[in-house]
Amino acid sequence: MAECVECGADVALHDDLEIGEIVDCTTCGAELEVVDVNPPVLEKAPELEEDWGE
Amino acid sequence: MNVGILYSRIRKDEKLLLAELRERGHEVTKIDVRKVQFGLTEPPEIFDDVDIVLDRCLATSRSKYATQYVAAYGIPVINSPETAEVCADKAKNSLALAQAGVPTPATDVAFTKESAMESIEKFGYPCVLKPVVGSWGRLMAKLDSRDAAEAILEHKATLGHYEHKVFYIQEFVDKPGRDIRVLATDGEPVAAMVRSSDHWLTNAAKGATTEAFELDDEALELVKKASDAVGGGLLGIDLMETGDGYTVHEVNHTVEFKALTDATDVDVPAKVVDWLESKVKVEVPA
Ligand SMILES: [Zn+2]
Repeated sequence: MAECVECGADVALHDDLEIGEIVDCTTCGAELEVVDVNPPVLEKAPELEEDWGE
Repeated sequence: MNVGILYSRIRKDEKLLLAELRERGHEVTKIDVRKVQFGLTEPPEIFDDVDIVLDRCLATSRSKYATQYVAAYGIPVINSPETAEVCADKAKNSLALAQAGVPTPATDVAFTKESAMESIEKFGYPCVLKPVVGSWGRLMAKLDSRDAAEAILEHKATLGHYEHKVFYIQEFVDKPGRDIRVLATDGEPVAAMVRSSDHWLTNAAKGATTEAFELDDEALELVKKASDAVGGGLLGIDLMETGDGYTVHEVNHTVEFKALTDATDVDVPAKVVDWLESKVKVEVPA
């Protein structure tokens, strides 16, 4: 569990959490970035870039 | 081996790779490109122990520059900056395919609304207008009439980023509602699937349905040629059936394989890691 930085709700996290992964807060819908795993720390995810990907 | 992964987001694809690498006892150095400063001569410290670097940046600008610097430091990087450069740009991609004799849709590049309009009228309706950069089928337009073409060219010229002022105009391939995506390592197919949709865009990201696809000899040969045309590497090659063969639309260099893993019974991450292991043996003499 970690706390959503947007709404403060508990966010359920899976076991194989990776730094750099994006998780959604099921309460407020915010996109959160995993910045640490032990213990889990979440930050608000940066906005999508314009020139993304494949 | 120690595999450096360049990333700014860990998606399902990267998680699958990380799990496979760690399961085999390889070390992984995760390199968040947002936190790294790339100097001209000395690699940043985080690269100290890596044997090979795998670029998993989603942003093509990051991908293009980071791989150039890593290669300049003498560290093997997948994909090479040369491959990234060609694949990140649809115009360069098309040119490379055509020069290699790979069948690819007729394509014009034009720099003004007026000359773009001439290409569009030449191809006839429908035809397709795409940005030279970008992904997931975004900002692609199927032009069904002269009115639509004029409106879109006007919007692009007025609102677009400078890269949207390169007009990339392509004939519309009347495919049978599906296209083929092949994941290949140096031209060797790992897995292939068809993406089907009623929509003219059949990207998995646009909600197309997927299933495994068996490549015939002609497709196998085209995959190899297309891969060679852009300099090889870990690539996603997009083919369409034309009725009497195939046409290769593009080759993608930061390829997503999650959908392939779901659509086929191939263990894609295992195959990719097999290949990475073979690359390190080749590129880093003991
Ligand atoms: Zn929340």
